[in-house]
Amino acid sequence: MRPSRYSALDLVRHGLGDRPWPRAWRQHDLAPAYDAVIVGGGVHGLATAYYLAANHGMTNVAVIDKGYIGGGGSGRNTAIIRSNYLTTEGVRFYDRSVKLYESLSAELNFNVMFSQRGHLTLAHNDGSLRTMRWRAEVNKLEGVDSEVIGPEEIKRLVPFMDTSTETRYPILGALYHPPGGTIRHDAVVWGYARGADARGVHIHQGTELVGIETDGDRVVGALTDRGRIATPIVVNCTAGWATLIADMVGVRLPIVTHPLQAAVTEPVKPFLGPVVVSGTLHVYVSQTDRGELVFGASTDAYTSYSMRGSLEFTEELAGHVLELMPSLAKLRVLRQWSGLCDITPDFSPLMGVTPVEGFFVDVGWGTYGFKAGPVAGEAMAALLATGTTPENIAGFDLARFPEGRLVGEKGAAAVGH
Amino acid sequence: MILVPCPHCGPRNVSEFRHVGEATARPDPASATPAQWRAYLYLRRNPAGWTTETWYHRAGCRAFFGAERHTVTNQFRRSWSGGEVSPLAGTPAELGGGVDASTAEGAPEP
Repeated sequence: MRPSRYSALDLVRHGLGDRPWPRAWRQHDLAPAYDAVIVGGGVHGLATAYYLAANHGMTNVAVIDKGYIGGGGSGRNTAIIRSNYLTTEGVRFYDRSVKLYESLSAELNFNVMFSQRGHLTLAHNDGSLRTMRWRAEVNKLEGVDSEVIGPEEIKRLVPFMDTSTETRYPILGALYHPPGGTIRHDAVVWGYARGADARGVHIHQGTELVGIETDGDRVVGALTDRGRIATPIVVNCTAGWATLIADMVGVRLPIVTHPLQAAVTEPVKPFLGPVVVSGTLHVYVSQTDRGELVFGASTDAYTSYSMRGSLEFTEELAGHVLELMPSLAKLRVLRQWSGLCDITPDFSPLMGVTPVEGFFVDVGWGTYGFKAGPVAGEAMAALLATGTTPENIAGFDLARFPEGRLVGEKGAAAVGH
Repeated sequence: MILVPCPHCGPRNVSEFRHVGEATARPDPASATPAQWRAYLYLRRNPAGWTTETWYHRAGCRAFFGAERHTVTNQFRRSWSGGEVSPLAGTPAELGGGVDASTAEGAPEP
């Protein structure tokens, strides 16, 4: 049964009556066999499942997650979307993702609240200003709206910013990227889950992968804590836990897991338009639709699977935020949290085939995975359905590390990690 | 707060240290193949559990040392002086003769 489409008429009908809304996605018993098992119910796993069903008609697919969907990085990131990258390949790849995000609410019949309020990357020294000019030119050649602006224009866009020269790191300029913005990350996860479910994909929450069965160098099954599934395909979309899953089939990934912390303040009236990022000060700030300020920073300097926040983080973050916007001094932090990032040596993802036939990876997304969810899902679905690696992810293959051809995408992370 | 047991200075806040990373054995540069060298450069075990690492006490004794840490609980169970040998020369465990500066002996296995 397909869930009914959400519409204004539907809203009136439910608002006037006491009919419950239908479940957005259903619960199923674990089937004995699937054509593909996707491990990890975040935006990457669910988008892959959605595009498998929607673009390729492959619906006998299961998405399993040991917790609940969107409980990992997809629900813990700071939900910033942009495509102002440095390399031509990077710009094209992320621009495709922005385009997919722009039409996602209509595509999924689910409001993902994509708010393209603009994105400012501040330059505090000549070196970063030069790189921003470089990025702006590459962006413009690819048709992506991006421009370097000066302190006066920054002040006009963000009146609360301290653009004086009396600061420790005066602001010399910024890369302004109008199509960038923020999104409701939970809604993206739920929308993909609902869309995939409606097309027949089974979403199994609270189902942990405990092993992968192989016959020689070929995947034949997935072992979960709820039972065995026969499947020729297992896709690893588990971000910070990626190496633990890959260990099950003896595939070694060049990934280390670092926590990345974020914090949110009490809500205040809307005053901050664009997303503000400063690489030098290791901080990014945006205001949500509810009025809270969301802060993010660089990853913790040590590897860990612990998702606990630390006082050092809040202290350092507050200091940097106040350098940018001193008027926020009395704002109170409501809560802080942490997510796990799968960091690769070249700050680029690992996507595609592995030495084990049927074991695919879509990991290594580090601190920049959420903005790539739709394009990664689309490309992974094409790979799984056709067996051919799409051109736009060919450079992200696992073999680039033993072969020594790393990706030079220095615009990958918003701040230095 | 994470307390790192420096073998020279005792337990200190993690913010005083640089996490150098998982201890890995360095192959002989003269005889290693490019693939072996790249594996040494890029591959780490990244376990969720006990791991052997190199740390650097940058705001203290400014010495490199080895330590065993649980990556899920961030508890340390052993640390030992790295001596005069570069942390890149081999796993600290292989260097031997370490000082047991345990602050969390008997920490639970996951």
